[in-house]
Amino acid sequence: MKILVCISKTPDTTAKIAFTDHNTKFNEQGVQFIINPSDEWYALVRALELKEKLGGTVTLISVGAADYDALIRKALALGADDAVRVNAENSDSYYVASQIANFAKDGGYDLIMTGKETIDYNGAGVGGMIAGMLDLPFISLATKLETEGNGEAEFHREIEGGEEICSVKLPVVVSAMKGMAEQRIPNVRGIMTARTKPLKVLEPVEAEKLTEIISFELPVAKTGIKMIEPDNVEELVRLLHEEAKVI
Amino acid sequence: MSVLIFADQHEGKLRKAAFETVCYGAKLADRLGISATALVLGSCQDDDLKLLGNFGASRVLHDANKLLDQFDPSAYAKVLMQAVEQENAQVIIFSHNFNGKAIAPLISTKLKAGWVAGALSLPDTSGGFVIKKSVFSGKAFARVKVLSDKKVISVNPNSFPVQKSENQAEIIAFNANIQESDFRIKVKSTETLSGTVPLPEADIIVSGGRGLKGPENWGMIEDLAKALGAATACSRPVADSGWRPHHEHVGQTGITVRPDLYIAVGISGAIQHLAGVNGSKHIVVINKDPEAPFFKAADYGIVGDAFEVVPKLTSAVKSFKEKQH
Ligand SMILES: Cc1cc2nc3c(=O)[nH]c(=O)nc-3n(C[C@H](O)[C@H](O)[C@H](O)COP(=O)(O)OP(=O)(O)OC[C@H]3O[C@@H](n4cnc5c(N)ncnc54)[C@H](O)[C@@H]3O)c2cc1C
Ligand SMILES: Nc1ncnc2c1ncn2[C@@H]1O[C@H](COP(=O)(O)O)[C@@H](O)[C@H]1O
Repeated sequence: MKILVCISKTPDTTAKIAFTDHNTKFNEQGVQFIINPSDEWYALVRALELKEKLGGTVTLISVGAADYDALIRKALALGADDAVRVNAENSDSYYVASQIANFAKDGGYDLIMTGKETIDYNGAGVGGMIAGMLDLPFISLATKLETEGNGEAEFHREIEGGEEICSVKLPVVVSAMKGMAEQRIPNVRGIMTARTKPLKVLEPVEAEKLTEIISFELPVAKTGIKMIEPDNVEELVRLLHEEAKVI
Repeated sequence: MSVLIFADQHEGKLRKAAFETVCYGAKLADRLGISATALVLGSCQDDDLKLLGNFGASRVLHDANKLLDQFDPSAYAKVLMQAVEQENAQVIIFSHNFNGKAIAPLISTKLKAGWVAGALSLPDTSGGFVIKKSVFSGKAFARVKVLSDKKVISVNPNSFPVQKSENQAEIIAFNANIQESDFRIKVKSTETLSGTVPLPEADIIVSGGRGLKGPENWGMIEDLAKALGAATACSRPVADSGWRPHHEHVGQTGITVRPDLYIAVGISGAIQHLAGVNGSKHIVVINKDPEAPFFKAADYGIVGDAFEVVPKLTSAVKSFKEKQH
C-alpha cells in the first residue's frame, strides 16, 4: 500500500480566538499550534494501521510555510516514512488542493487521506477537490476503512441520521472522521527516528485562488442567563414556550 | 441564467435541508434577477417536488433514474454538471450536510468556481460577492469573498429560515447521460437510525455528558428527547468511552450543531464542546455545579442534580404538550 496523508496546522483547540489588523488577520500571539486533530487522530493513524497490516509506505504532505516543519516531524514520529512540504502560504482550499493533486498525480498512491475538516477555517473541502482534480472516487466523511490489499476497500460513510457501507476500487481519496482510529502518542524511538526521516521542500506550482477572507468577527456574547429553581421546572417549560418560543 | 439548487432527497423524501437550500437559492436568484432551478436526483414523491415551488423554485428538474438512488459523489457531480450547462447556472447551492460536503468540492473544481463552505448569510453583492461563514468551529465568523465568475455555496443546516408561499414550480423531467460505470462507489447497505431525528437537522437537541455517570442512565435523556421530539447528542468523553455512538459526539472535533434549542445535561462546557454548539439559538444548562463554565454560554440554567431535574422536566414537558392538544 502506498498512502499519502494530508496534514494541516491549526491553532490548539483551547486557543483564544482574536484578530489583528482591523480584524483581517488571526492573532497568532501566544497561540500554540497543533496538527489538525482529524488529520492526526483519524487519517494518519488509520494509514499507519493499514501499513502495519499490509506493508507499504505512508508519506505526509503539507502545504505551508517553514513553521509547519516542527509539526510534520511530530507526525513522522508517529510512524510515517517521509514527508513533503509545499512551500506556500496555506490559504484558499482550491489552491492547496491544486498543490497536493499536482504532487500526487504521478505518485501511484493507493490511498490519499485527509481529515474531515480543519478546525480553523472549516472548509471540509481539500479532499474532495483533490479527488475532483485527479478524477478519483471521493469517500467523504468515512468512519471506517478496511482493505485487504487486493485493490479494493470497504468503508462506512456518515449520512444524515445513519450510515452507509460501501465498497470501492482503489485508488481513492478519503476524508476521515471519528471512528476510523484512535489517537496515538509517539514513543521515544519514534521521536528519535523522526529527526532523520526525509522531509522534502518543494516550491509551489502555479495555481489560482478562488476565494479570499476579507474580515473576521467574533460572535456577540450572551447577554445573561436566567436561573430557574430545580423544583420549578414548569417555569422553564413556560419560558421555553412563551419567551424563547422553541416548544 | 440561473441559480441551481441541489435538493437532497433520502429514500424518496426531500430532506429538511433541501427546503432550506431552495429558500436560500430562491432569495439569491431574486436578488440577482435570475431564475431559481432546483435539481432532484433519484426517486422522489410528487408532493415533495411540488413543495419546492412553494419554497421558491421556479423550475424543478427531476432525474428519476433508478441508478441515482445510490449516492456516489462523482456520478452525482456528472449529472449536476449537465444541469449546470442546461440551466446556464451561475451559482450552485448545496446544503452543508454530509452529501453536500461530498459533491460541492467536485463541482467547485470542475467549474473552477470558488466555494463558500458553510454559508450563514446571503451574499453581500455591494462590493463583489461576499458571504459570512462560521470559522474556528463556531468561535468566530469570516467574510469570504468569492473571486471566480461562477460560485458554489453550501448553506449551513438550520441557519436559514424557510418561508412558504403560493409560488408554483414547473416540474421538468431531466434525463442526464449517466451509466452504471459512472458509479465507482457501490453502496452495500444503509443503516438508518429509524425513529430518531438526524442530529444536524434537529430543531431541538438533548445532550448528555459525563455527569450522567454511565450509559445505563441514558434512558432519562432519551425520554426527555422523546417528549420534546428532539435528537440526542453527547460530549466527547461519553462517545470515547463507548457510552454513546460516535455520531452523537458534538463539539470542535465532532459534529457542529445549531438547533433552536440545545439542552445540556451534566456537561461542564469545555471550550471544545462549546465550539460545536454555541451557534444554537437557545441553550439550557442543567448541572449540579453552579461554577460549571457552561452557564456562561447559556440562556437558561438550573443548578441541580440531573437525576432529579430531568425526569421532572420530562413530565412537565409531557403535561404541557397534552394541554396544547
Ligand atoms: C483536542 C481536544 C478536542 C476536544 N474536542 C471535544 C469535542 O469535540 N467535544 C467535547 O464535548 N469535548 C471535546 N474535548 C474534551 C473537553 O475538553 C472536555 O474534556 C469534555 O467536553 C468534558 O466532557 P463532560 O462535560 O461530559 O465531562 P466533565 O468535564 O467531566 O463534566 C461533567 C459535568 O457534569 C456535572 N455533573 C456531575 N454529576 C452531575 C449530576 N448528578 N447532575 C448534574 N450535573 C452533574 C459536573 O458538575 C460537570 O460539570 C476535546 C479535548 C481536546 C483536548
Ligand atoms: N495546507 C494544507 N496542507 C495539507 N493538507 C491540508 C491543508 N489544508 C487542508 N488539508 C487537508 O484537507 C483536510 C480538509 O481541510 P479543509 O478543507 O481546510 O477543511 C484537512 O483535514 C487536511 O487533511
